[in-house]
Amino acid sequence: MISQSRRGFLKCFGLAGTALAVARAGFASEGAINDNGVGLLYDATRCVGCKACVAACKRANDLPPEKGSFDPEGLWDAPADLDGKTRNIIKLYRGSESVWSYVKVQCMHCMKPSCVSVCPVSAMQQDADGRVFYDKTRCIGCRMCMVACPFIVPRFQWEKRFPQIVKCDLCKFSEVPRKGKPACAGVCPTEAVQYGRRRQLLAEAKRRTEKNPGRYRSYVYGEHEVGGTNVLYLASAAVSFDKLGLPKLPYEAPAAFSEKIQHRIYKGFIAPLALYAALFFIAVGNREELGEKEEGR
Amino acid sequence: MGLPFEAARKVAEAAQSPGRPPVIWLHFQECTGCSESLLRSSHPTLASLILDLVSLDYQETLMAGSGEQAEKALEDSIKENRGKYILVVEGAIPTQNGGIYCKVGGKTAIESLSRAAPGAAAIVSIGTCASYGGIQAADPNPTAAVGVSNVVNQKPIINIPGCPPSPYNFLSTILYIQTFKKMPVLDQLGRPMFAYGRRIHEHCERRPHFDAGRFAEKFGDDGHRQGFCLFKIGCKGPVTFANCSVQRFNDIGAWPVSVGHPCIGCTEPDVVFRTSIFDKVQIHSVTPPDMYPAAVVEVKGKGADPLTTGVVGLVAGAALGAGAMLVKRLPKEVGDDKSE
Repeated sequence: MISQSRRGFLKCFGLAGTALAVARAGFASEGAINDNGVGLLYDATRCVGCKACVAACKRANDLPPEKGSFDPEGLWDAPADLDGKTRNIIKLYRGSESVWSYVKVQCMHCMKPSCVSVCPVSAMQQDADGRVFYDKTRCIGCRMCMVACPFIVPRFQWEKRFPQIVKCDLCKFSEVPRKGKPACAGVCPTEAVQYGRRRQLLAEAKRRTEKNPGRYRSYVYGEHEVGGTNVLYLASAAVSFDKLGLPKLPYEAPAAFSEKIQHRIYKGFIAPLALYAALFFIAVGNREELGEKEEGR
Repeated sequence: MGLPFEAARKVAEAAQSPGRPPVIWLHFQECTGCSESLLRSSHPTLASLILDLVSLDYQETLMAGSGEQAEKALEDSIKENRGKYILVVEGAIPTQNGGIYCKVGGKTAIESLSRAAPGAAAIVSIGTCASYGGIQAADPNPTAAVGVSNVVNQKPIINIPGCPPSPYNFLSTILYIQTFKKMPVLDQLGRPMFAYGRRIHEHCERRPHFDAGRFAEKFGDDGHRQGFCLFKIGCKGPVTFANCSVQRFNDIGAWPVSVGHPCIGCTEPDVVFRTSIFDKVQIHSVTPPDMYPAAVVEVKGKGADPLTTGVVGLVAGAALGAGAMLVKRLPKEVGDDKSE
């Protein structure tokens, strides 16, 4: 009886697993890259470094202040980088007295996000508008997203007992439902941060670079990097993007590459079935061999 | 008052209307600083206030009459203008031993207030003492002094705290009531939002110094002389809700912080006379400073620490030695065992 029920269970399990794998593979192959999601265009030449976006982000998303290393009394909200309390920050590149630039740092909202690809429990997700967001109820705290992100964006609440991942979600749950645009784009006094459809933002970025070749670097960062990002950057002609902490990255999305391999192997549950079939035949073969030996003795 | 431009006409009309609201002004445990503050206002001047705007029926500092005559004026006004007059209270009310520590005309503060309050249309507590007890209520509070709201209930009370309060916050409140025939919007401490809606810190002229981290570290030091932020010598601006940094005093744009003294938080019941003037406050609404982290931080490993290297080396050496000894002691090959 026991063997009967076990066999039944295994059968069920195998069927369910196959169905699931097929379904997943089917979904992934359908998921063509959406190049018209919503995103931000950050123009470093317009930014005046007022940090209104930093303060507004914290207010909108109810994030606590972070003390700076130079500030033991906690007078300011002075994070040195993105962290478990900070989704958005303005940094400064100072090359010389005349060559310098501010840079806004937040999630790039990759069109093919690695964090979503590596997340084993779909806590990192991408919505139909291309926004990459985090679902704390699913997260198991493995922090694979932190390892996978080429921009080192997802951060962990190390100091908390039940920590979560903290990253920009373009105010998907806070400011966008209320005011229609993320807090940073809504508060910027110089329109250095603009919110919109990626295609329109990209066209606007190209219009600016073509119109003012002396002012801008003739390159839109994020157009192609790791398969393209929904957050696009324009920089001053005098400052290269890597100086702003935006690294040179391949144009192919690593997630697309790895998923191509993974999904091909697991398509229709073929690889596991093949593996178990091979093991089965080896086992049967061994048993026969063993049986012959036993008989021989 | 934060009113639209068109409202100016309404306010002007109300100010010129013949029906001047009667005002009864009671003084209790106080220094008359609030009255003095009002005497120094210029728009309107005190003369136009008491002759044109309001009918000041009783005010101990300003009234010509005295003694029985003055007390009669008070009693008459309370009777005649029942339900119409604005009662202004200046000073705290002692409650210890039946309130005997403050008597005017043979009556205790509690008696006078209980006589005048029921007929008032609204009560305005001018100054921190009338609002929350003020310096009289400071520890150990021997007379058990309290503010008006602790003695009177079931009457609308507007607190205009400050030590002294800005006269314009008081005048604006009176004009508001006269114009719109209703109370201004109040915060949870009973203060008009138009005057006490924001922190001093939010509009302070020294705020850029705060954001840039430029502080006076002690009175008279170089930073203090250069007009840097007074936070570190005890400024309570970050926790004090008042419009001093905008409205200022004496009609010449002066206020404590502009002349180098930290804000003492005189509009906040939990700050003034409760904490030292020179103690730093905890800032709760923290904002970014006027400084920036570097765009690219070149991360360099710390390199090997000599002590760690030594310890690791020792442990590794010991492990190697132990391994070698173990291998030596192992029995020889299985085949050898069988042959024995």
